[in-house]
Amino acid sequence: MNEKRNGLKEKIVNSQIWRSMFRHGYENTGRRYTLQILQNVWLHLHPPRVPRHGINFRFTWCMGGITFLMFLVTAVTGVLLMFYYRPTAEYAFRDVQYLEFDIPFGMLLRNMHRWAAHGMVIAVMLHMFRVFLTGSYKKPREFNWGVGVILLVVTLFLSFTGYLLPWDQLAFWAVTVGTNMARATPVLGHEGPFHPQDITQENDVRFALLGGTIVGPSTLLRFYILHCVAVPLLASVLMALHFWRVRKDGGISGPL
Amino acid sequence: MASRRQFFKFLGWGNFVAALGLAFGPGLIRFLYPRVLFEPSSTFKAGFPDEYPPGTVSEKYKKNPFGVWIVRREDGEFYALLTICTHLGCTPRWFGSENKFKCPCHGSGFDRDGINYEGPAPRPLERVKIALADDGQLEIDKSVKFLGERGDWGKPGSFLKV
Repeated sequence: MNEKRNGLKEKIVNSQIWRSMFRHGYENTGRRYTLQILQNVWLHLHPPRVPRHGINFRFTWCMGGITFLMFLVTAVTGVLLMFYYRPTAEYAFRDVQYLEFDIPFGMLLRNMHRWAAHGMVIAVMLHMFRVFLTGSYKKPREFNWGVGVILLVVTLFLSFTGYLLPWDQLAFWAVTVGTNMARATPVLGHEGPFHPQDITQENDVRFALLGGTIVGPSTLLRFYILHCVAVPLLASVLMALHFWRVRKDGGISGPL
Repeated sequence: MASRRQFFKFLGWGNFVAALGLAFGPGLIRFLYPRVLFEPSSTFKAGFPDEYPPGTVSEKYKKNPFGVWIVRREDGEFYALLTICTHLGCTPRWFGSENKFKCPCHGSGFDRDGINYEGPAPRPLERVKIALADDGQLEIDKSVKFLGERGDWGKPGSFLKV
């Protein structure tokens, strides 16, 4: 029985399909363990070697990883919510009610999305706090600190654009107030410092954000596309850069 | 014999995959089947029998979301024909002067009883259930079909004598 199973295993492991996907051997050496991680597109996110301090929870708080986990949770639950949500003024609010009260597990998924989003903001802040406290922003990691700051803004913008989508009173007024800030953008906002005479309410940067001069159906559509496509794409690219830089700058930073 | 490391690796990943799969697999599938649908009901009321003169084909309920012709024969008998061509599913038109349903897509023709007699349609138009509701109105149920080629047209529900 055991022999038969091993024979089958050999057959699978030596087949061309398997060999095409997993190119490393199976000898029990450190080199093989390293290659197994390095040569796999999914696993290469892990470092090939983990320094002893890297598994010290009290040093990193795991906050970067938890931020990434929260991002994955919002991405998966967000895609599922998109099956039932329509970003139009007629349907948006009704579809959220429909999700909450009629769709099986709709309430669970919506709350997972919401709490993971809150959790991501909290985790990203604690991550930044930890990096600051441990001095991990110092050379040669100063560039990655900069990438991280942009990622913080991207995270907040993801939350902000998602805020409008339930299309209730809270969403409407929160975004009305929030986007009023864009009026005061230097040069490009019609109430901002140094803006040229030609910049008015109808061609400034706030107009581009809202698709109009007030929050309306076109704002809902714009925020939906920003929330579901544009900003997540940007965040993904920046996260890839961020993780790659962590590795290139010498792996997870150690105690001073 | 599995090593201690292999055993715990199997246990750990097994738990992880099982927990994810059991928790989210069935739930995910259930999520894709909503409890409430916003679709037209398969049954509807089509007015009182005396609104339909004998020997006429009514197109009153041809349009969405109904999609049936209500035909009353000279002897007063009713039946309801689905407005779906049995060739490829287009909507035929009723030409009273020629006494036929003619499909604009590929030229299938059906007589007043729904029998196919020209063009590529392989079988007659489908009948749906017609009955009298408690309030005396005609009631059409599109979820129950009667196929002429199967000999269903003599069955109760495929026609209505008033």
